[in-house]
Amino acid sequence: MDQRAPNLLDEALGLVDEEKTKPWPLSSRVVLVEDRVETSGAFVLHHLLKRALSPHSSNDVVVFLAFSQPFSHYDRVLRKLGCNLTAQRENNRFFFLDLLVSEFPDGDEGNRDGLVALYGKIEKLVSTSFQENKKCITIVIDDFSLMEVAANGATNYVLDFLRYCHALTSTFGCSLVVLNHEDIYSSIERPALILQMEYLADILIKAEPLATGLATDVHGQLTVLNKEIRDEQGSSRNKICNFHFRVKENGVEYFYPGSKT
Amino acid sequence: MATSKPRTSSFSRNLATVPSSTPGLKYGPNGTIFISSGIPDLDKILGGGFPLGSLVMVMEDAEAPHHMLLLRNFMSQGLVHKQPLLYASPSKDPKGFLGTLPTPGSSKDDKSRDRDPENENGLRIAWQYKKYFGDNQHHFDSNRDVKHEYCHDFDLRKPLEKHFISGQHIDCVSILDSPNLAALRDRCATFLAQFPRNDSSISSAGRIAIQSFCAPQCKYSNMEWDMLSFIRSLRSMVRSSNAVAVVTFPPSLLSPSFSRRWQHMADTLLSVRAIPDEDKEMAKLLTGYQDMVGLLNVHKVARINTQVPVILDATTFSIKLQRRRFLVLESLNQAPIDSSSGTSYGTSASCSGSSKTGTLDF
Repeated sequence: MDQRAPNLLDEALGLVDEEKTKPWPLSSRVVLVEDRVETSGAFVLHHLLKRALSPHSSNDVVVFLAFSQPFSHYDRVLRKLGCNLTAQRENNRFFFLDLLVSEFPDGDEGNRDGLVALYGKIEKLVSTSFQENKKCITIVIDDFSLMEVAANGATNYVLDFLRYCHALTSTFGCSLVVLNHEDIYSSIERPALILQMEYLADILIKAEPLATGLATDVHGQLTVLNKEIRDEQGSSRNKICNFHFRVKENGVEYFYPGSKT
Repeated sequence: MATSKPRTSSFSRNLATVPSSTPGLKYGPNGTIFISSGIPDLDKILGGGFPLGSLVMVMEDAEAPHHMLLLRNFMSQGLVHKQPLLYASPSKDPKGFLGTLPTPGSSKDDKSRDRDPENENGLRIAWQYKKYFGDNQHHFDSNRDVKHEYCHDFDLRKPLEKHFISGQHIDCVSILDSPNLAALRDRCATFLAQFPRNDSSISSAGRIAIQSFCAPQCKYSNMEWDMLSFIRSLRSMVRSSNAVAVVTFPPSLLSPSFSRRWQHMADTLLSVRAIPDEDKEMAKLLTGYQDMVGLLNVHKVARINTQVPVILDATTFSIKLQRRRFLVLESLNQAPIDSSSGTSYGTSASCSGSSKTGTLDF
């Protein structure tokens, strides 16, 4: 399964690695996935999850903060992609934090303490994994807007949480993958939260519907902004890729606009 | 029994776990179980109905009560199947609303007589052209023979018989005077505790209907984060139980950003709209315009246990009352240029995909 030709998303993310020698290219990077009501970006998370748990990198660990779906959902979805989450969970490679029903205690203090406790949990997982010589740790948050709701709209605390997680990426070389919904913030005048997230992100992936509406063979388009790619000469530049996608049960087809046969 | 009819796919689950004596439950793809929305056409559009564990949100038209049609049929269908119901509304006497629920079509005989030939016809065409259809239609067609058990046609002019309503399994809540949402949350939690989800067996399914959730006469209607937090907890509670919650809300009363958040919470997102009475342009453009009472938009279809989005042929449907009794949904048909009578567009052609060419989307 993994020997398949690399797809456009992997290329855009720099995940293509012919010799399988380089370390996980997303380490120390923040990936922000933005989607809309019409087009869900959850499949990008599933894809990254599958990549991070692939058998080639048996030293990698994923910490998954699930606000939006129960474990059974991810298990079924990933199984169809060829990745057994239950087994990975037993191997201590996949840590699933079920936050679907979690409520932080009421009040300002409660929100802060809840987030602090959650962060403490993540940090503990990350640092123990780090000591066990795990090569790379991926933290996935699905999805961030629900975390805001869980914290009853305490945006400052949620942002603090994000900054702490960001600090983990530089301390331990983790990668951080966050899903958020772009259209929630489009009507706010100065949406601090999404702007800060976009600022922190090294890779920004936007899933949008086509302007012409949805079709059965094109489910939407992805725009991947990869900040700071270093080429051989050592100079850095931004890379923007844009392509269409079609989500299927066992994977996603990516193709350039108009090239679908 | 028809409910446990084996299907051809090797990936389908062992179907023996649903007792065939449970009416109103139907297996869908990916290990989901559907209950009916109470509108046969809507079930068809959504690929089988509302999956258990999903949150359905209906965006109201602030000027027309079309969301009540959906809500009534949803509640009635549950009561007819003897599924427990929790109904919350901002009115003073929510129990009184039960008196307005429609009854399953007693004129079934003459009704099925004039619909059946069309159904048969549709089925034959569906088999011939099966390769052009998505999985949804195929799935629906394979279950078509259980439709009468699973989903009824409701006669909107006759109230539901008393014995359905007098059962013990109806819980009515008025959200008018409650200062916060803690009470409603507790009611929902105790209600949903009756239907824990365990993989082995399902005895019954619950239905929660919440009408005009953010109505301004409710005291909490200015506490946007609290309402959002309630919806989040309702969604997560429903996820882990064998129940479906339908929440209607007027999005115009929420700030745009919060309205978006609500829409993201929904698994299935619908909206209803009234159509202006004397719109000559529209009347010229669409067949059967004078019979339409409103428009239904399908924005999002629940995808539980899958990452594949459901793409419909059309997302806008007209709501019509057939013989002023039965609610039907049809995809919009462009009027023929030489204005012969539009009645040739049969009722069952609505979303079978055969009327693709005339579909008009807004």
